[in-house]
Amino acid sequence: MTAIENIQATDSEIDVERALERRQKMLAIAVPLGTAASLILLWQIGVRLFAVPTYIAPAPTDVAFTLVDKFPILLANFWPTLYESVLGFIVGNIAAVLIAVAFVHSRTVERAFFPIAVFVNTIPILAIAPILVLIFGPGLTAKVVIAALICFFPTLVNMVRGLQAVSPQALELARILSASKSEVFWKIRLPSSLPFLFSALKIAATTSVIGAIVGEWVGADMGLGALIIDATFNFNSPLLYATVFMSSGLSVLMFATVSIVERLVVRW
Amino acid sequence: MPSIVETQVTPVGTPTGPIAASLKDASVKFGSFTAIRGMSIDIEEGAFYTILGPSGCGKSTMLRLVSDLIPAAAGDVSIFGKSTEEARLAREFAFVFQDATLLPWRSALKNVELPLEIGRRRGIKLPIGNKSPRELLKLVGLEGREDALPHELSGGMRQRVAIARALVCQPKLLLMDEPFGALDEMTRDHLNLQLLKIWEETGVTILFVTHSIPEAVFLGQKVMMLQAHPGRLREVVDIDLPSPRTIEQRDTQEFVKYSAYLRKLLETC
Repeated sequence: MTAIENIQATDSEIDVERALERRQKMLAIAVPLGTAASLILLWQIGVRLFAVPTYIAPAPTDVAFTLVDKFPILLANFWPTLYESVLGFIVGNIAAVLIAVAFVHSRTVERAFFPIAVFVNTIPILAIAPILVLIFGPGLTAKVVIAALICFFPTLVNMVRGLQAVSPQALELARILSASKSEVFWKIRLPSSLPFLFSALKIAATTSVIGAIVGEWVGADMGLGALIIDATFNFNSPLLYATVFMSSGLSVLMFATVSIVERLVVRW
Repeated sequence: MPSIVETQVTPVGTPTGPIAASLKDASVKFGSFTAIRGMSIDIEEGAFYTILGPSGCGKSTMLRLVSDLIPAAAGDVSIFGKSTEEARLAREFAFVFQDATLLPWRSALKNVELPLEIGRRRGIKLPIGNKSPRELLKLVGLEGREDALPHELSGGMRQRVAIARALVCQPKLLLMDEPFGALDEMTRDHLNLQLLKIWEETGVTILFVTHSIPEAVFLGQKVMMLQAHPGRLREVVDIDLPSPRTIEQRDTQEFVKYSAYLRKLLETC
């Protein structure tokens, strides 16, 4: 009898616990959403209350209207930027991974090229973008190179760390099994670097979009970057804000894609 | 000192059967530091040796020397009459580390299969084990967990996967460096019994480093006591307890006498 009561007690306890957990999860979503909604509302009230001219700061409703009204134009400019970001992401990260592998295999190569990589990384991307546009012309290549460049360094550093983050015992195990250098690389080093690689790729997913947009600022007639410049010079603030919204949407899309791939690949 | 033990202390290096491994005046140096000096012993084939000693006595170093992970500064080490390198290439021995050292992205089964995947193309001789990786997992009591990733297994289970992996190439010599050191008492007892069963079934020679005197007595046919500064062999004690060993034997007077003798010996090392 007491045993049954105990079981029932624990059952209801579990129910209470579950309800609490659900409540906490709801809160975790509701709090930031609510904050964001209130801030937007505050912005709307502020703009209307102080009668701020639209070209200085548009009301959220103006931006929302433009987002719907000008959606075809926004989308037409979205695709080139997406294309440049993705290409830059791929090129920059492949280069970084290959160079990281070279660094890990040869201390000499690392000594020779790492300072150069650090130096290139210290040049602000805004400063180097015009140089690259001069070299590669106003076409696609310059934007891809700029996006690739901005992805490159974080991935290089993380990948080098990842490839070196193998436990000494795993290497002893490899030695006892008489594993060759390439077996150690493919079976141990490369898989154990994947969590490091993905944390770098998540950074690169959003920075590659910045790179593409900066590239478009310097010289382009299509793309979200070009649209930003165009809207700014025409004092078309609602369009400018809508474009910024699309740009961050692109970053979120890239980030989410990498995160999903990470979850599928890094299951440990 | 109990008389029963006194009579069973064997002089170092007097084997009665075939030899699995042999150290002749072997020394190991790390720079100017002497980790092991002048160690000589013949390891009998098929025997279960446990290795005890204070920290810094070179227990782990000795296993690393035998397994060709570190070279001998002087002297000679041979395994089944071959050099340690030849023995390594022929997969004569396997190593079980204190930490299971499983590859976290591989399932239990894939971890056990790892030794079979390495060196296949370069003609390293892969002894065809009489037991498949699946059968080995069953042998260590992990049937049904083949697809589990290491982080889904308990510490004891991970160590059992490591033992299955060590057995997959049918080694003749199994080197174990405090394999159960990080586990709780219950799990350790369970794995000790399982290891003895495996030892009896496979006839493999085992060198087993431990910090625990009861574990050394319980598992070992022979206990090697090492001495520190520099590391060297102090004594080999024959443990003459009936086989198969049972947990209950630990409460017998003989068991306690061996433990007491080794504890005293350890204090002087």
